[in-house]
Amino acid sequence: MSETLISVENLSLSFPNHPVLSDLSFQVNRGDFLGVIGENGIGKTTLVRVILGQLRPSAGKLVIQEGVKIGYVPQFRNVDIEYPLSIKDFIALNFTGIKLPWLSKKERQRVKKVIQQVGLAKIADRPLGLASGGEKQKAYLAQALINQPDLLILDESTASLDPNTKKELLDVVLRLNREMGLTIFFVSHDMQMIHEYPDHYLWLQKGKYEFGSIKNLHNENKEGQYV
Amino acid sequence: MFSFEFMQNAYLAGTLIAIVSGMMGVFVIARNMPFMTHTLSEIGFAGAAFGIFVGWTPLNGMLAFTTVSSIMVGELSGAVESRRESVISAISGLFIGLGILFLSLSRKNSSYATNILFGSVIGISRQDVIQMAALSVLVLIVLLLIYRNLKDDSFDSVGAQTNHIHSRLISLVFLVILAFNVSVAAQIVGSLLIFVLLTLPASSAKYFTHTVVRMMGLAIIFALFGVWIGLYLGYLTNWPVTFFIAAIEAVIYGVSLFYNFIRSKSE
Ligand SMILES: Nc1ncnc2c1ncn2[C@@H]1O[C@H](COP(=O)(O)OP(=O)(O)OP(=O)(O)O)[C@@H](O)[C@H]1O
Ligand SMILES: [Mg+2]
Repeated sequence: MSETLISVENLSLSFPNHPVLSDLSFQVNRGDFLGVIGENGIGKTTLVRVILGQLRPSAGKLVIQEGVKIGYVPQFRNVDIEYPLSIKDFIALNFTGIKLPWLSKKERQRVKKVIQQVGLAKIADRPLGLASGGEKQKAYLAQALINQPDLLILDESTASLDPNTKKELLDVVLRLNREMGLTIFFVSHDMQMIHEYPDHYLWLQKGKYEFGSIKNLHNENKEGQYV
Repeated sequence: MFSFEFMQNAYLAGTLIAIVSGMMGVFVIARNMPFMTHTLSEIGFAGAAFGIFVGWTPLNGMLAFTTVSSIMVGELSGAVESRRESVISAISGLFIGLGILFLSLSRKNSSYATNILFGSVIGISRQDVIQMAALSVLVLIVLLLIYRNLKDDSFDSVGAQTNHIHSRLISLVFLVILAFNVSVAAQIVGSLLIFVLLTLPASSAKYFTHTVVRMMGLAIIFALFGVWIGLYLGYLTNWPVTFFIAAIEAVIYGVSLFYNFIRSKSE
């Protein structure tokens, strides 16, 4: 039996005068790579914020298995060109738990580990503000990994990347999924990516949605049911 | 120069102020709060005037006013950054007005006002230095206690939001120690120019180094340099110390910008 990390039943959410999510049901099991797609403004980030506990659903149920640690790469960051911290220091910011004023040995080792996992070891001491878009996204990913999450939520992490860099980042994510069993919740509006990487998909559309194994999406594709 | 007790006191106090301001400044810059700092010092001006009016020391008046108002500003402006600026200007205007009122009510001569606004080296007693030292140590201890979470909240507010950090509490505690910092620093550099010590050394430091600890270290060095040389030049020339400190820090900042410009050209 696979272990269910997130279970959503008949979930709806409306902002004042503005319904966004309606009657949504799906599960995320441990080890899944879920691709969440849908056009701009459809409610992807809103769904993420519900899962993170920042927004309360208007109706329905959301159950997150107890003790599940979530790592989150937000869609928007306030990092500008003068952002002073090094990539390494930025990654170390987000440790949770009891913290000494300085990094413990364990914490330093963890920082090193995640930097290697995303492939930033060579430039870890460079200021994040001067890093390229792809390097920044890798740094954000590393930061989200710092507390050893069970579930990793990425919100449009590949949106501004060129094809090669996009593939590099996605390969890192895929490796985390395959080799470490990390559960992935990947938000994107990039249809092609959804075909290539995830094993499940959740497609948000106006007033409806589709959820299922990625194979179904491939089949649909052959029948030409979506553009 | 050090045979004069007032110069000893000035150097002792100035050193403390430079250290605390250098460290706090790194967070003031990261949290984008220079304007807030300036406002706190204007509020401090009103507080000092109030202190004189009711017969307290100016420092105690300042502490009372800045502490209360920092909490008010924190509560009023909350998380909405764009509102913060407006809230701050409203409060700022109100308090400068009050300061002028208290000064005129207390009928002291205007040298009091100049001392508060522009700082004074001669007015600092050993007693004052001890109180300033105690307050500075308190600020440093609190800073150490909240350091990691403050760092997270200041340098990555988006990440901190999802990190179950009590952002509101951290912000509030930071505002209160900033109020203490401002009140103490005002004694030497004057309330008009506190933000010089709280913003310029840290703004300069961030072009040279990329960890928070090193930025704090460098900001302290820049602040100390300005204060020590400033006090010395003030002593030599009899010109206002504040002028020298402001000028030195501005030059350091200019050089840092230039250095950054050159470096980014050559890369
Ligand atoms: N706090 C809010 N109050 C009111 N409306 C909101 C709020 N947050 C989001 N919305 C609206 O809800 C809708 C969904 O927003 P959301 O950010 O979830 O879209 P998205 O699918 O993530 O889009 P994108 O692909 O552009 O990131 C949008 O129309 C947005 O304007
Ligand atoms: Mg979004």
